[in-house]
Amino acid sequence: MENDQDNIIREVTQTDYKYGFFTDIDTDNIPYGLNEDIIRLISGKKNEPDWMLEFRLKSYRHWLGMEMPQWAHLKIPEINYQDIIYYSAPKQRIKPGKFEDVDPQLLETFNKLGIPLDEQKLLTGMAVDAVIDSVSVKTTFKKNLAELGIIFCSMGEAIQEHPDLVKKYLGSVVPYRDNYFATLNSAVFTDGSFCYIPKGVRCPMELSTYFRINAANTGQFERTLLIADDESYVSYLEGCTAPMRDEHQLHAAVVELVALNDASIKYSTVQNWYPGDKEGKGGIFNFVTKRGMCKGKNSRISWTQIETGSAITWKYPSCVLRGDNSTGEFYSVAVTNHHQQADTGTKMIHLGKNSKSTIISKGISAGKSNNSYRGLVRVTQNAVNSRNYSQCDSLLLGDKCGAHTFPYIEVANKTSIVEHEATTSKISEDQMFYCNQRGISTEDAIGLIVNGYAKEVLNKLPVEFAVEAQKLLQISLEGSVG
Amino acid sequence: MLKIRNLSASIDGKMILKGINLDVNAGEVHAIMGPNGSGKSTLAAVLTGRNLYEITEGQVTYLGKDLLTMAPEDRARAGIFLGFQYPIEIPGVSMANFMRTAVNEIRKFKGQQPMNASDFMKLIREKIALVEIDTKLINRSVNEGFSGGEKKKNEIFQMAMLEPMLSILDETDSGLDIDALKIVANGVNMLKRPDNASIVITHYQRLLDYIVPDFVHILYDGRIVKSAGKELAVELEAKGYDWIKNHDGDE
Amino acid sequence: MYIETEKISLNESLVDLFNSNRSLLLRASTDHVNALRMQAIDQFKKIGIPTKKDENYKYYDLDPVFSRKYDVHFSRKKIDFNISDLFKCDIPELDTDLLILLNGWYYENGNHDDLMKQGVVMGSLALAAVEYPQLFEQHYGRYADIKSDGLVAFNTAFALDGIFIYVPDNVMLERPVQIINIVMDKVDSMVQHRNLIVLGKNSKASIVICDHSLSANQFLTNSVTEIVASENSSLDYTRVQNEHNGAAQISSTFIHQLADSRVSTNTISLHGGFIRNNLNVMLAGKGCENNMYGLSLSDKFQHVDNSTLIDHAMPNCTSNQKFKGVMDDMASGVFYGKIFVRKDAQHTHAYQGNNNILLTDDAKINTRPHLEIYADDVKCSHGATVGQLDENAMFYLQSRGIGSKEARLMLMTAFAHEIIDQIKVDPLKDRIYDLVNKRLRGELSRCNSCAMNCN
Repeated sequence: MENDQDNIIREVTQTDYKYGFFTDIDTDNIPYGLNEDIIRLISGKKNEPDWMLEFRLKSYRHWLGMEMPQWAHLKIPEINYQDIIYYSAPKQRIKPGKFEDVDPQLLETFNKLGIPLDEQKLLTGMAVDAVIDSVSVKTTFKKNLAELGIIFCSMGEAIQEHPDLVKKYLGSVVPYRDNYFATLNSAVFTDGSFCYIPKGVRCPMELSTYFRINAANTGQFERTLLIADDESYVSYLEGCTAPMRDEHQLHAAVVELVALNDASIKYSTVQNWYPGDKEGKGGIFNFVTKRGMCKGKNSRISWTQIETGSAITWKYPSCVLRGDNSTGEFYSVAVTNHHQQADTGTKMIHLGKNSKSTIISKGISAGKSNNSYRGLVRVTQNAVNSRNYSQCDSLLLGDKCGAHTFPYIEVANKTSIVEHEATTSKISEDQMFYCNQRGISTEDAIGLIVNGYAKEVLNKLPVEFAVEAQKLLQISLEGSVG
Repeated sequence: MLKIRNLSASIDGKMILKGINLDVNAGEVHAIMGPNGSGKSTLAAVLTGRNLYEITEGQVTYLGKDLLTMAPEDRARAGIFLGFQYPIEIPGVSMANFMRTAVNEIRKFKGQQPMNASDFMKLIREKIALVEIDTKLINRSVNEGFSGGEKKKNEIFQMAMLEPMLSILDETDSGLDIDALKIVANGVNMLKRPDNASIVITHYQRLLDYIVPDFVHILYDGRIVKSAGKELAVELEAKGYDWIKNHDGDE
Repeated sequence: MYIETEKISLNESLVDLFNSNRSLLLRASTDHVNALRMQAIDQFKKIGIPTKKDENYKYYDLDPVFSRKYDVHFSRKKIDFNISDLFKCDIPELDTDLLILLNGWYYENGNHDDLMKQGVVMGSLALAAVEYPQLFEQHYGRYADIKSDGLVAFNTAFALDGIFIYVPDNVMLERPVQIINIVMDKVDSMVQHRNLIVLGKNSKASIVICDHSLSANQFLTNSVTEIVASENSSLDYTRVQNEHNGAAQISSTFIHQLADSRVSTNTISLHGGFIRNNLNVMLAGKGCENNMYGLSLSDKFQHVDNSTLIDHAMPNCTSNQKFKGVMDDMASGVFYGKIFVRKDAQHTHAYQGNNNILLTDDAKINTRPHLEIYADDVKCSHGATVGQLDENAMFYLQSRGIGSKEARLMLMTAFAHEIIDQIKVDPLKDRIYDLVNKRLRGELSRCNSCAMNCN
């Protein structure tokens, strides 16, 4: 049995990436490198107003004085920021937004990824913004949503069409000085999604953005901004993939969420960037700043993430619980395999009274990977009667990987309660034997147990995505599941 | 002894008690019955001073004093005892220390000297026999690791130790097998005196076979909808709570 | 920029202190100690006093503590009183072998003849370096890594004396050894002593350390203790910290455990202006067991900082940590625990727990229970809580007639109970139980005498 298990773990750690194809399309690339001229060029390509260019330049100048953060439990090879193409767009694109205008080759690419952009073929109940490299190629169901007053479009379009909203909220949750990668993003971001849910509207369909890196030598710097006005609700999904390449590619995104009084945002991510090969060659560096501001009273922001891809993940979807009685949630499954490294978790900053937060994190490490949970729970003096519960479990598959838990808990008032629990273990021999004894193969048993282990988080995903996420988990740990 | 007038109480804005009236005199045993959620435990908690509830209306006088303004410990010192439905576990506090502190605080309140160690141990031995629990439990932390039956017996043991004027037993019978139930009931009966009184809160009539009440009240939706002698319990058992629910409109 | 300059000048002034007393320091010690001393001061020049930028010290600024003016004594002062008069034990049942440190210097107090017959060595560290060079050099400076922490380097550069204890193979000490560590001076002083405790194979010892301040001056103690527990040895190590609010104490303990050894430590921080305990355990042999308990009770502006590292380097070891803190007034507390399980340390069982109670809105706690795990066949877990006294338990006590003040006290004592219960020397346990009770009642608001002697 011991041998069996070794075999399976070997298989698990030698799985192939299913989304690694490359679509050969002509692209409009700008030159390599990063300087003020490049930023002006990007801004010019997007035909941006002056205030946007100023925001970018201000960020860039600040970034020049910053150093890359070293505190994460990651070994990050030196990144040459002059060796990256900061803007790349598929050339055929004529006018965004009209289905008939989208290049069939791009549609085929998304079809292949399982994301049909044809509204007829789309699952009802889901609107998609499809972003390839630096631009959004298509946003579906825009018209239907507009009837409810919901704005769902690319960030580029929002800057043109809704400058007041963008000006008001861009950088309000993640300021341009926030951290090294967020500041870089503020300087060079290209596209991403923008969403505004008006007062009292419950968004009737899942909104989703699908991010695809296709071109070589490029970085992807998307920027997403989502605002839920008073008493509104939205559920938002995000997925991402990239072709297999030998070199690393940088993805440094910023996501900002704002929930006003009694508003609720549910944000789900299935992250499946190319993780690199079995030897650790290639793969995406996924350095992402995601933060939600529960600005209004009784507001709620819930993050769910399934992290299976990327060579290196550096990501802490966080909630600033400013409003009284606001709620923050973080549900995460992070799988690392081969030579992947992940340092991911959350921050729950309790500022408002009676604010509540829940953190459920499930780490699964296989191969020679390292998987860290890092989380901060801060309860300030004014956040009276606040409550946090955190549970962070790690599962080790194989003896060459690492699983780490780094919670930070800071409490400064006497009426709040904070609880943190964590466990680290491998799949128990007893559980395995119990399954075997009931006639279940070791391979199926690992699958069952891992899925059961992640279930608490998978259940938080919208149904449409849960299936995809489960498939992804299976692929990431293939050989043991299904 | 106890006069409850138009007592209303709410939790988180939700009304639980909607105008309770009840008189309890020395020497009497009152049973309060009612379906789940009717407000039985809330009544017990409000009478003993649990601060989870907001009193929205009404008065309660106990031995001539305004009960509702008193701190929980002062109510206890004045002779009110609550037998908890779910006795609380307190790790690290031994039963012996817990009881010695309680007994001496009550004595101090009555102007008596604290009890010396040997008298106290004697008292413990005497009272513990009443409920047939293992003396070893005395050295363990309060209720920690006690079985369900032990916890309930422990409540009666504490009642015996503190000799209250008014005992309120909140579903002391729940979760007990018939032997434990007899022991608990027996303890209660032995502690009965002409100058004290009890309120027995229960869901089932079963306990009332052993603790015979002078009055039975039926609590439904925050109100006492029916009061009568012990025969009411039997009638209720036979007809079920639906009978009361259907009756509700008449009241 | 201003702060930077000041910081540089602090480290420079401490190096200057070394340089201007170099000959005194070198003259007092053996070549072995001095060689380490020189390495240490070089290392200190590189890293200096830790700052808040250091992950390990991020919640407390050491600068103010170090920036005060202190006297440093580079030789043992003559005293005009009998050292044993400083201390009278009031626990008749507690029969200990007593060692006394005054301002970091060992003072002879009675003899330990019966122990010497068994080959036990107890006394001055400086003397042991000369009298037992082989034994001493085999261990001194081996476990306290000067690279790990500027404060360890600082101590290694300056330490002149302290306690040395050696328990030979197969010797089991019947009585606990009690080390009374006193600071008392007419001037504000900095004390940097160094202890080395070596347990031979199959040996057994119980050691109690009591830290006290006996004069109202400001003190800074920066001590390092190295402990080796050889194969199948057993050590029970209790520390009671009871100094006044003007005293700062940094105490770094390095425990090196060999196969099948069992070490339990219990750190009770009753009182002190600033307390920093670094407890580093290396489980360097198979089948070791380590238990680490701590309790801190603080009020006013006190700060207690417990930092632990359990390094599981070998298979089949068990470690178990529990630290509890009660913070009142403006007091602040930090717990930083790390369990490190190396690749080969299969079948590790490790637990780490930290529970805190905040009594006011001005008290603060920062807790970081960290796990870093590289072996798969392990069971590791941790838990941390911050909260208040249980409301239901409060009501239960009150409903039995116990007043709210008394009820709070009972619950706080109960909270502390779990830690005190781990003390294995019964009379000491009872005494500490008493002391904690008094402390929680506010009766120990300023303790200027020995914990063992403060009725």
